[in-house]
Amino acid sequence: MTAQDSVTRLQERFANSILKAGEFRGENSLSIKIESVREIARFCRDELGFDYLLDISSLDHFGGDPRFEMVYELYSMADGVHLRLKAVVPGEDNPVAPSVSDLWPTADWHEREVFDMMGIRFEGHPDLRRILMWEGYPFYPLRKDFPLEGKPSDVPEVAFTEAAPLAGGPFVTIPTDGITEVREPRARRAGDPLSPDKFLAES
Amino acid sequence: MSQPSPVAYDSKIEGNVIFTRVDAAINWMRSNSLWPMPMGLACCAIELMAASSSRYDISRFGAEVMRFSPRQSDVMIVAGTVTYKMALAVKRIWDQMPEPKWCIAMGACASSGGMYRSYAVLQGIDHLLPVDVYISGCPPRPEALLDGLMKLQKKIMGEHALEDQKRSLVDAL
Ligand code: SF4
Repeated sequence: MTAQDSVTRLQERFANSILKAGEFRGENSLSIKIESVREIARFCRDELGFDYLLDISSLDHFGGDPRFEMVYELYSMADGVHLRLKAVVPGEDNPVAPSVSDLWPTADWHEREVFDMMGIRFEGHPDLRRILMWEGYPFYPLRKDFPLEGKPSDVPEVAFTEAAPLAGGPFVTIPTDGITEVREPRARRAGDPLSPDKFLAES
Repeated sequence: MSQPSPVAYDSKIEGNVIFTRVDAAINWMRSNSLWPMPMGLACCAIELMAASSSRYDISRFGAEVMRFSPRQSDVMIVAGTVTYKMALAVKRIWDQMPEPKWCIAMGACASSGGMYRSYAVLQGIDHLLPVDVYISGCPPRPEALLDGLMKLQKKIMGEHALEDQKRSLVDAL
């Protein structure tokens, strides 16, 4: 079964839950409603042969509404076919998505990572703990409103954090639509102005 | 039958007696048998391993006995990125090492956080422990580590074995 066949079958079966189907450079993406993630995921696994969950990721559309979005990358080993499911997550303060960890066990750690980095909770997850940061760390570092240098925090006896001294140094991207060389010059000293012109003139 | 030596001393005794200061003797022993605590946290640890392999052979400097127990180590070689999650564990192992002890910060990450100006990485292990030798590089070559080790040996040779390294003991006496 090709990816296009799978999309057609899904569209027939879940006409009300599929908001958009798109194809870009041979990759098929379906935007679906968050309530039907489990239903569609189960159908993909059992009926369409997507036996492998490649990855789960999440997006932060900061400033947009709804703010968060989940992305599931499915793969069928038998057919060599890839399919992407996307679902926006309602709620800015307490985003909740359904867990698919009972369908693909690999989702367990992926969802923990999303929870740890983005702060989306998963309903039905068997063991929703942080996976990279430690229990008690108060922030979600991959959210867009979290600063690159971090924020100070302290969990006694476990770990502490401090804000890293960026000092306008080489790790700060210059806000411009120029090429990478301009946006992130290899050499820049602390205190140099964040002006792209200077680096344009030099390069 | 061997002839008695024509020189008028007993080589069996005289050759085995050396006069020196106790400082020099203790420092000489300490600096030539530095047992490292390998704190291999990231890519730099690979170069640390290479330094103990036959090509670079860190045992030429008496530091090949990597001890995985802090109780038996003299020098902690912090080789790699110290994340905040790991930082207090490193500190704890350092505290478990008996005096006298030294610390080598190997590589950019251990010295300053390296390229990780980020929320997750301690910006240099010297925020938590006193560092004796910093080695630059990302990663430093094994030769650089050996050079750092020799610098540390020189440093130890210049110390007062008891006064500098066992200050609390000296004070107690
Ligand atoms: S200094 Fe470079 S090689 Fe060493 S741990 Fe850091 S990133 Fe890795």
